[in-house]
Amino acid sequence: MAIIDDLGASLEKLPGGGVALTTLDGFMGWSRSMSEWTYPLGTACCAMEYIASSFSRFDFDRHGSIPRSDPRHCDVMVVAGTITRKMAPVLKRLYEQMPDPKWVIAMGNCTVSGGIFYYDSYSVVRGIDEIVPVDIYLAGCPPRPEAFQDAVLQLRAKIKAHSIAPSNERPVRSTLPNADTPRKGEGIAEGGERS
Amino acid sequence: MNAEELKDRLCAQYPDLCESLSIESGRATLVVAAQDLHACAADLKDMGFDFLEMLTALDWGDEFELVYLLRSHEMAVSMFAKCRVLRDAPRVASLVDVWPAANWHEREVFDLFGISFDGHPDLRRLLLPEDWSGHPLRKDYEDERIVRRPDYI
Ligand code: SF4
Repeated sequence: MAIIDDLGASLEKLPGGGVALTTLDGFMGWSRSMSEWTYPLGTACCAMEYIASSFSRFDFDRHGSIPRSDPRHCDVMVVAGTITRKMAPVLKRLYEQMPDPKWVIAMGNCTVSGGIFYYDSYSVVRGIDEIVPVDIYLAGCPPRPEAFQDAVLQLRAKIKAHSIAPSNERPVRSTLPNADTPRKGEGIAEGGERS
Repeated sequence: MNAEELKDRLCAQYPDLCESLSIESGRATLVVAAQDLHACAADLKDMGFDFLEMLTALDWGDEFELVYLLRSHEMAVSMFAKCRVLRDAPRVASLVDVWPAANWHEREVFDLFGISFDGHPDLRRLLLPEDWSGHPLRKDYEDERIVRRPDYI
């Protein structure tokens, strides 16, 4: 990926390079987001939901997200399950083995914050963002496959917006409601339609 | 041998333990002194308790209590053998030579409670990382990384 990144940086400086860069960005983002090879790091109960997601009933292959058991083949790591302090160095090493560019989905409350093990636990890491950078936080104990599907689609939007030129990043609008957005019921009561 | 015969035999062998021995619905409880633990375990194995199902410990403040769950497939009887050790000198004899299954169980109890087993072939931590300090299932375990549950929950 180093060649692509250098290309992005040098294209930016050329006169008229921006046009080529935007086109190239669009192509790269499209192709990367359509083929997410996921590395499932299933350590606890959330892994069951991950497995359910990848089987025929929810059929994640149709999103182009194919699980592989080797981090060197993958660009998305799905951390599904409790990460203990003993497991933390392993997680870090597996993350470092993945080739760039790479993304991480924290699946389940345990990986988001420690979840039910937040209080009084001597062994659980309180959120994997203490160890690796996280792109998508997916809450739930465990999250349903539909929620995981939404996480994959949001990650796809994020990957599409990723530019190969470092200074050309575009912000991604989350489709989730913000904290100050009226909740569904309140919005319906006032305006008659979903806010 | 059935449960009643077992009780008679145990009472004959350990008259002073007879009082603390109870057999109800195929489940017996025997309280052993720490210094008799190994001899008693060997006897129990001779009597037919051929399987160590579980070993765990409890922290009672100034004492630890070890709980061995034994099973006799022949008599269809389970037995809890309990043994107390002082917190200041937490050492008991290892039972690995009686039931090899005790090996990892004793390592686990050593790991989490800090009770030493004399004669254990390989007494290392089992679950926690090797460089861990302290024994987290002790009631007085302190770790600055633990977040205590606030009262209002
Ligand atoms: S978030 Fe809940 S379901 Fe997922 S690993 Fe943790 S405890 Fe299990």
